[in-house]
Amino acid sequence: MDENNVLMRIQGLTTNFHTYAGVVHAVDDMTLTVPKDSVVGIVGESGSGKSVTMMSVMRLIPNPPGRIEGGHVWFDGAALGMPDRMEKDGPNKGMVDLLSLSAESMMKVRGRHIAMIFQDPMVSLNPVLTIGLQLTESMVVHGLATKEGAWKRAVDMLALVGIPKPEERMRDYPHQYSGGMRQRVMIAMALSCSPELVIADEPTTSLDVTVQAQILELMKELKAKLKSSIIIISHDLSIVAGIADKVVVMYAGRILEEADVYDLYEKPGHPYTVGLMKSVPRLDAENRERLVPIEGSPPDLLAPPVGCKFAPRCKYAMNICREQEPPLVTVGQGHRARCFLHHPTAPAVPGFVKVE
Amino acid sequence: MDTILKVEHLKKYFAVNVGGPFARHKASLKAVDDVSFEVGRGETVGLVGETGCGKTTVGRTIVGLYAPTAGTITYCDENLCALTREAMRKVRSKLQMIFQDPYASLNPRMTVGSIVEEPMDIFSIGTMAERRERVQELLRTVGLDPEHTNRFPHEFSGGQRQRIGIARSLAMNPEFIVADEPISALDVSIQAQIVNMLEDLQQNLGLTYLFIAHDLAMVKHISDRVIVLYLGKIVEVDESKDIYKHPLHPYTKALLSAVPIPDPRVEMQRQRIVLKGDLPSPVNPPSGCHFRTRCPIAQPICAEKQPELRDMGSGHVVACHFAG
Repeated sequence: MDENNVLMRIQGLTTNFHTYAGVVHAVDDMTLTVPKDSVVGIVGESGSGKSVTMMSVMRLIPNPPGRIEGGHVWFDGAALGMPDRMEKDGPNKGMVDLLSLSAESMMKVRGRHIAMIFQDPMVSLNPVLTIGLQLTESMVVHGLATKEGAWKRAVDMLALVGIPKPEERMRDYPHQYSGGMRQRVMIAMALSCSPELVIADEPTTSLDVTVQAQILELMKELKAKLKSSIIIISHDLSIVAGIADKVVVMYAGRILEEADVYDLYEKPGHPYTVGLMKSVPRLDAENRERLVPIEGSPPDLLAPPVGCKFAPRCKYAMNICREQEPPLVTVGQGHRARCFLHHPTAPAVPGFVKVE
Repeated sequence: MDTILKVEHLKKYFAVNVGGPFARHKASLKAVDDVSFEVGRGETVGLVGETGCGKTTVGRTIVGLYAPTAGTITYCDENLCALTREAMRKVRSKLQMIFQDPYASLNPRMTVGSIVEEPMDIFSIGTMAERRERVQELLRTVGLDPEHTNRFPHEFSGGQRQRIGIARSLAMNPEFIVADEPISALDVSIQAQIVNMLEDLQQNLGLTYLFIAHDLAMVKHISDRVIVLYLGKIVEVDESKDIYKHPLHPYTKALLSAVPIPDPRVEMQRQRIVLKGDLPSPVNPPSGCHFRTRCPIAQPICAEKQPELRDMGSGHVVACHFAG
């Protein structure tokens, strides 16, 4: 990848939660690169660490019990406008480590350079403030506009996300909006400061399928118009398929696979990815075939299994999988997978593409 | 086909306050408005639609959790709406429900054993020892360890809790099960486990399902026939394999095209019909065809005349002036 084209690089991120029952390793040694002007999809079940990773990037992990215990989150320094904090040399030249910033500096990043769209717009909007006030707040706080200027821009943003009669709706309260409309407001709010990165955490999970389609179309449309990168978090492989350029599959706090969107769906390189695809019915399937579930349930992160975290549920698990954790190996152009089946001495497995 | 359940002109209206919680002005919310359908023995019928279309209300009225405003529900030649409380109680044991949220539908203070045993307790079936044995058998049937009878719901994962809920619904040897979004609260990798189990149970126990869900891909997978609801009315009914290929109602077409397909190449080429706006309020639905406000092919006639359900052959019915 072109070194100048990197917007954010997460390197060895480790986030733990210290609870009375023990230490929960929610994210372990996570490494991920987000190129400029791209959409990265993160897929995983509940408890896979996908949300915790993004909360760590935003430095929104509640401490205690949570703590970011290692790693770096490198972000394009030129975009942040923090020339004095940039790395002078090395592979991360021109990047700023978000984890090293003071709390005040981080406040200048949040909302301005990295914005978030949350899952439940009902909970994330303040019920006693008007939509207009909530939309203009971040622009005024970041000093991007005066109150009047921010109001004008907010009206434009509402129009952009497809809210009819935006001038009138600015004075309404969140309860006067429907679920889909509120999610549109959340998107307008996230984009109001033209951030370089938008993190959408399950943006359509609480919405109906028809409204979900509206929101996904809107995000695609806005992506083409505005020059922001998007990280979209979902538990649903099919949502990510239509919008992402690159997909990361997470399980038990780790990346199990990372690939270009076409590669991932055509030649998945991890049994878990294969399992996820086989366990959902396809609307365009010709015959009614029996689903192939992944047996068992996700591991308890307080006492995760030794070796590969997926081994207890994996059909192809070998002895080594229960002893050692496989490394994330490159199996193709921009395609990485954490599985011993890619090892040259591993047996060939039907239905699984081994990439050298 | 042997009809097990017949719903005719079912209506369920709820009284709501218009203009805030203290307003005196009452209005009726037409959650289900003149719905008729039949379910054959051993069949799985899917009930789909958006939030607020009345699908859960239909299910709850069938098992007797709501009293219908009008219409009849005939189960095995008995009109459920005309039964006395005592007679209804007896029939109810054959009509069971699986609830959506396994975190809310199990009493956290009861052990798994007593949760599954409770229905048999209420109907005074067998001796205590026999009931215990039956609980063990039921837990085995749904793939749980019979040793776990003394555990509490919080000790189980979401998928396991849903299995407990299913074991409870099977306790009375029911014939008909209303499954109200039984998998939507579960993780993707667990959903397939539960769906496969429901299919196996149907095979082994000869169950009939009314499967309520908003996930069209899953409904298509599990159901023999699909009923599409919009604002309390049926807009289309067809065999599930045909409805995907030849949907006739514009709403069904839009619903189907909104479902994402896990294949980037397919997604790239798909032409998506994106519906404008949201579901109108069921307190004050649009005149004529309820769907006309969001319909891409609406004409003046749609505002004037409500379309009747028309038979398009081989059990395919549709309510649209322009279908076919």
